[in-house]
Amino acid sequence: MEQCTACGTEEQKQKLLAVIDASRETPGCLMHILQEAQGIYGYLPIGVQQMIAEGLGISLSEVYGVVTFYSQFSLKPKGKHRISVCLGTACYVKGADKILAEVENAVGIKCGECTEDGLFSIDSCRCVGACGLAPVMMVGDEVYGKLTPDKVKEIIDGYRREEK
Amino acid sequence: MTIQELEAIRQKKKDLIAVRRVIREEGEKLAAKTGYRKQVLVCGGTGCTSSHSMQVIEQLESSLKENGIDDVLIVKTGCFGLCALGPIMIVYPEGAFYAQMTPEHAKTVVEKHLVKGGEIVKELLYQGTVMENGDIIPFSETPFYKKQMRIALRNCGVIAAEDIEEAIAAGDYAAIEKVLTEMTPDDVINEMLASGLRGRGGAGFPTGRKWAFAKASQGDIKYVCCNADEGDPGAFMDRSVLEGDPHCVLEAMTIAGYAIGAHQGYIYVRAEYPVAVKRLQIAIDQAHKYGLLGKNILGLGFDFDIEIRLGAGAFVCGEETALMTSIEGHRGEPRPRPPFPAVKGLFGKPTILNNVETWANVNPIIVKGAAWYSSIGTETSKGTKVFALGGKITNVGLVEVPMGTTLREIVEEIGGGIPNGKKFKAAQTGGPSGGCIPASCIDTPIDYDSLLAIGSMMGSGGMIILDEDTCMVDISKFYLEFTADESCGKCTPCRIGTKRLLQLLTKITEGKGEEEDIVKIEELASHMKQSSLCALGQSAPNPVLSTLRYFRDEYIEHIRDKKCSAGVCKAMLSYTIDKDKCIGCGKCAKNCPANAIERTDYTAPNHKLASFAIDTQKCIKCGACLEGCKFGAISRQ
Repeated sequence: MEQCTACGTEEQKQKLLAVIDASRETPGCLMHILQEAQGIYGYLPIGVQQMIAEGLGISLSEVYGVVTFYSQFSLKPKGKHRISVCLGTACYVKGADKILAEVENAVGIKCGECTEDGLFSIDSCRCVGACGLAPVMMVGDEVYGKLTPDKVKEIIDGYRREEK
Repeated sequence: MTIQELEAIRQKKKDLIAVRRVIREEGEKLAAKTGYRKQVLVCGGTGCTSSHSMQVIEQLESSLKENGIDDVLIVKTGCFGLCALGPIMIVYPEGAFYAQMTPEHAKTVVEKHLVKGGEIVKELLYQGTVMENGDIIPFSETPFYKKQMRIALRNCGVIAAEDIEEAIAAGDYAAIEKVLTEMTPDDVINEMLASGLRGRGGAGFPTGRKWAFAKASQGDIKYVCCNADEGDPGAFMDRSVLEGDPHCVLEAMTIAGYAIGAHQGYIYVRAEYPVAVKRLQIAIDQAHKYGLLGKNILGLGFDFDIEIRLGAGAFVCGEETALMTSIEGHRGEPRPRPPFPAVKGLFGKPTILNNVETWANVNPIIVKGAAWYSSIGTETSKGTKVFALGGKITNVGLVEVPMGTTLREIVEEIGGGIPNGKKFKAAQTGGPSGGCIPASCIDTPIDYDSLLAIGSMMGSGGMIILDEDTCMVDISKFYLEFTADESCGKCTPCRIGTKRLLQLLTKITEGKGEEEDIVKIEELASHMKQSSLCALGQSAPNPVLSTLRYFRDEYIEHIRDKKCSAGVCKAMLSYTIDKDKCIGCGKCAKNCPANAIERTDYTAPNHKLASFAIDTQKCIKCGACLEGCKFGAISRQ
């Protein structure tokens, strides 16, 4: 089997193998392993999926089928700061589309993309459950609420300044 | 742990919790017995932590220390419900309800209120608790709380969510004690049947019957599952229960396990709820440690264990068979029913699945009895329902009301009406599977059957209030985008039906609609309802059908007049600047995300600077210019 050189370090690989070993016996462990793997690598390139398939003795197509079914699994790398704009109903009726447009404008990429320097990626999500603060977006684990296009600009600029 | 030890914990913390359930004089007497002069409850739910309630706690702790105060207890609780005013904190025994706290405010409260002989800082209170004459009323008497009846949320915002002893003192695990000592499995099921409790996840199937089916199924292994995959955008009651009172879910699942003969439970929870997942895991670990989960529960010979399984962002996994397929580690696609899960569910074994809010009702039913529970609510829908009130409403938050409460009471009294003087247009319930209730039905008492009769559904309890600025065609399109995106693709009616419906709606919102499109929509919707495999496809047309039923005029207006009165559908809008009203300040150009506004060389006679104009080719019709203009120079047609 072809070795994956493009995906990750030896350390990451060992971590993943340990996860596979620890959960192999649990019924229905594939989802859990994929979640852990995404935590280790940041995304799920084919090489990683291949390691999981081999580790569990199942076909790559089965792993790939599960990865592509769930929206949280990503085949592409994400930015260091993952921006996720909530497009749930409560946010939508309070103008989430304008917030997303402003995020895209401020970062300079479209939803679903990652900047070339790997700093930001933008996604949309369905309700983080902070409807009291609508419209909201998340950057990493931080929730920003009661957003306006002006606030969005400030927040993005804040992250940029932090990097300099 | 034995029953005696459980009782000892209850006694130890009884007064501490009681202080938070009563107020003023009575509370003061109780407080004296607890060793704490005051208790400060700070909301640690997702809503309030997002607005930085943890910094408030840190500030409280350091300020208390600085002031040498050691007889004030800080408690990190779950959600109080009034999320719009977070971070919220309540000081007992006074019941002083502080809203929109900042670390700065926390410092003030410590120095002026929490010190010995201190007094409530009126200006920082939720102003709904301060009367015109300056009197302070308990928050339980404000319009938001007065009409509520908290059964499922009884402990949310009352106990420290990460402390099993507080949960026990507040009443959790009293039901499992009663079940294991006094009741047979059949007694439990009969009690559930008599209570009239129906599933709170959407369909409203009687919980007792579900349990009875699973008990009757033959099998050596059975499972109990909890649906915490709260996918309906705008609903967050399940998250709040998990964050505020996770033990009530564990206890209820154990009771169900005893009733049907299962020894293993799974909680399938959205990975988007990190706080809930963390608290749930803490709760499971503590329950193990205290002998309330695992082998030989309370020393009474019953074994039951619970594992958490994380979802990964698929709406269809809220459907019961899809959820089980996902727990098994596969693509979360639904399976045809029958066989129903009660016969052949998780890993092919008899399984019951209830949602979080349903589980939260089990303890009170067992402890207080089915007769008490069934005395609340309407003929066919017993008990209370939690709604997540959101959208264009003043008091955004969680409300729990008896079934049969009217929409008007929820919107106008509890919700505090529509902000900015706008008019109520409709309430959307049931999320992508539900429909819109128009203003003409605002006096409908809300229960499972009345909502179905007016073309909506209870769903999981998301209630999004829409005002006159909402376009109903656009809202249908929003939901169809959602269901088209979330359709798992297994069955054709849903996979292709949602796409085609979305295309038709998009066409209408782009001003290209034809009258026959409405006929096509209705025909397609009827096919989808009849032939889709699971509830996602069967109910996907509901948002369109219900808006067609009550807001047909708006569809006709879009199609015939190519007009969107609410000013939402961009293709039918244009923005212009009145060159004589424009003072040339340039704010619109700065706000414009598309750089579509530039200065002209025309200066109005009474202004100093040249006016601006919009390049309609570049304009993306976002309206940012209109919102920002203080001089009324920009108009929308």
